Amino acid sequence: MTLRSWGRLPGDAAAYERWWAERAAALPELDGSLLAYGNGRSYGDVCLNGGATLLHTRGLDRFIAFDEASGVLRCEAGVLLSEILDVFVPRGWFLPVTPGTRFITVGGAIANDVHGKNHHGAGTFGCHVRRFELLRSDGSRRLCSPGENADWFAATIGGLGLTGLITWVEMELKRIAGVGMAIENYRFNGLDEFFSRNATAEASHEYTVAWIDCLAATPRGIFVAGDHAAAGDLADVPGKPGSLPLTLPPDWPFSLVNGASLRVFNQAYYHRPLPAQAVVHYEPFFYPLDAVAHWNRLYGRQAFYQYQFVLPMVARTALDDILRFIAASGQGSFLAVLKTFGHLTSPGLLSFPMPGVTLALDFPNRGAPTLALFERLDAMVGAAGGRLYAAKDARMSGEFFRRSTPRLSEFMPYIDPKFSSGFARRVLP
Amino acid sequence: MQRILIIGATSAIAEATARLWAARGDALFLVGRRADRLEVIAADLRVRGAAAVGSFVMDACDIPAHGAMLEAAELTIGGLDVALIAHGSLPDQKACQASVELTLREIDCNGLSVVALATLLGEKFETQGRGSLAVIGSVAGDRGRQSNYVYGAAKGMVGLFLQGLRNRLARKGVHVLTIKPGFVDTPMTAAFSKGALWAKPASIARGIVRAIDRKSDEVYLPGFWYLIMFIIRHIPERVFKRLSL
Ligand SMILES: Cc1cc2nc3c(=O)[nH]c(=O)nc-3n(C[C@H](O)[C@H](O)[C@H](O)COP(=O)(O)OP(=O)(O)OC[C@H]3O[C@@H](n4cnc5c(N)ncnc54)[C@H](O)[C@@H]3O)c2cc1C
Ligand SMILES: NC(=O)c1ccc[n+]([C@@H]2O[C@H](COP(=O)([O-])OP(=O)(O)OC[C@H]3O[C@@H](n4cnc5c(N)ncnc54)[C@H](OP(=O)(O)O)[C@@H]3O)[C@@H](O)[C@H]2O)c1
Repeated sequence: MTLRSWGRLPGDAAAYERWWAERAAALPELDGSLLAYGNGRSYGDVCLNGGATLLHTRGLDRFIAFDEASGVLRCEAGVLLSEILDVFVPRGWFLPVTPGTRFITVGGAIANDVHGKNHHGAGTFGCHVRRFELLRSDGSRRLCSPGENADWFAATIGGLGLTGLITWVEMELKRIAGVGMAIENYRFNGLDEFFSRNATAEASHEYTVAWIDCLAATPRGIFVAGDHAAAGDLADVPGKPGSLPLTLPPDWPFSLVNGASLRVFNQAYYHRPLPAQAVVHYEPFFYPLDAVAHWNRLYGRQAFYQYQFVLPMVARTALDDILRFIAASGQGSFLAVLKTFGHLTSPGLLSFPMPGVTLALDFPNRGAPTLALFERLDAMVGAAGGRLYAAKDARMSGEFFRRSTPRLSEFMPYIDPKFSSGFARRVLP
Repeated sequence: MQRILIIGATSAIAEATARLWAARGDALFLVGRRADRLEVIAADLRVRGAAAVGSFVMDACDIPAHGAMLEAAELTIGGLDVALIAHGSLPDQKACQASVELTLREIDCNGLSVVALATLLGEKFETQGRGSLAVIGSVAGDRGRQSNYVYGAAKGMVGLFLQGLRNRLARKGVHVLTIKPGFVDTPMTAAFSKGALWAKPASIARGIVRAIDRKSDEVYLPGFWYLIMFIIRHIPERVFKRLSL
């Protein structure tokens, strides 16, 4: 079976796959290049290495130490966020930052410096990493932290797996009182309403996010603000989904996602009955998509792209233009995710977030028209001083990446000569 | 809390099983050949919630060392409620055919060392009047096949031995479990290409914990192997000998 990333776009298969389970072991001797592959939840080719070797890191799944007093956890880099939640939520600890899926490895979380619904207050995942070990192809091992090998620390956070292999990580968990999330929902109509809601909510809520319907003429959507419930049960709250997720069969010949199904879905989603306030389990709050295993198969064999950009806050009007353009194109897919990023700076040189606003949206792969649409979007994002998220990208041009990545030249010397990826070969100088 | 001894604790199946016990807060004593791996696994199990974790470096084929190992286990975790024997090695059948020495070594590792440990643990549990002895055999022990009969013979011996032991200890309050996994995706089988019949160590582990909790006598894991092996065991030998299995 050819290994794919989450977008399932056809790509060059890795020629070799190695499984890695012992953090003290040496890297394999290889002729070509290698790349760590965590859990393949990136959408494009940052986790692929066509024609060369992928080193599977999921076998590095051991915890190393946990300090009950401070919440500092040390674990191997292939541990999944879901495994951390399973072990530590019942003891009253939670991830400091989590993306919209819990099925990613700690190594992958660092390499893409992932962000979550609390970016406005907590920054990226990398902001909560205290140190890690970096294994290079020359056999050297470096302890990296803000105080030790700080340059390697900065290059590796958001470093797209190119600086070497992260073997273990030390990070901070945070205290929670229960598994419940106290949430508030608002429907909004138009971006002005979104931004004013958002400004108020960010001041008083830990998590904020909005789902918007990109097919509607004026962007409308649902704004959600949430906080860990102040007290409650660590074991259960109503609304935890079943333990076995729904699953979709692997090779659906056609896409279930088309203009008609999307309009119906987005309509229904927008108008569904919404409690203004509720307490829900953290799983449906943070990971609505994880309830359907392999939902990416919905798009059938043609697969799909995700397009995620960030614009600096000053470029507010560009966002209106981009949304209008997407709506007019009729190509956008399910609800898009809209979120503002705050001012906490990540240590990572290539970290994606910047203070501003980010939009993530799926596009079914219709070939040339889809790619042409992205070119137009790139031009608008670029002109507004924005950039694209590498974790979601499978097609941006090298020229665009280099122009929109200000600290790239600082990063380049830290690339391991033996490490490479499809993404690196596509965009790096 | 149960006090559990695991022999061959660096095995993928054993480690997955130990994680489930650790999450329940059991006390674990890990035995294996590689000190560094035992330490890594012990640390992981502590974080996962094990009440206590000890370890002991021993080659299972070193039969004179078994007694000291058992003493250390009892001392470290304060007694013994469950023992899981998990070590094993998958021989290169062709190489065995060409070497008496290798064949006997494989039978020693997969068969005799297990018989020795089961004897010792059987005595121990009989004396204390309770305890669960769980041993990982294999579906390969149900019938000799040309592709894998050295391994199969050793696992088959273990199966028969445990039947007798179970029969003897049934009235003494001692539980004896034979675990027969089918194909499991572990380092032992890294060289095989994996199809639909293959299971993950975590799912085998759940089956093992459940079978010990329920005091089952014999389990096929996953359960559908019971059916497959039922058929395989019932093919007449005159037909079977012509099959290429
Ligand atoms: C449904 C869904 C929702 C998502 N939501 C968000 C979101 O809200 N926010 C967000 O930021 N992202 C989001 N993502 C993207 C996802 O979080 C990232 O792509 C993440 O990095 C994937 O981690 P992984 O373990 O699957 O790594 P992979 O995708 O396998 O690899 C990612 C990168 O990490 C590198 N890597 C992996 N392990 C190591 C290691 N041990 N050492 C060095 N490099 C390593 C790889 O080489 C590669 O460059 C989402 C993805 C999905 C599928
Ligand atoms: N995988 C399958 O498909 C499958 C199917 C049926 C039955 N089984 C049985 O399941 C059990 C566990 O195997 P696994 O699949 O988990 O494979 P595994 O991960 O390769 O484990 C085998 C373990 O046995 C240990 N071992 C081998 N010889 C030993 C000795 N002389 N002394 C001490 N330890 C020794 C190895 O220790 P080191 O770490 O030191 O090498 C290794 O940890 C074995 O009994 C195997 O026969 C496996």
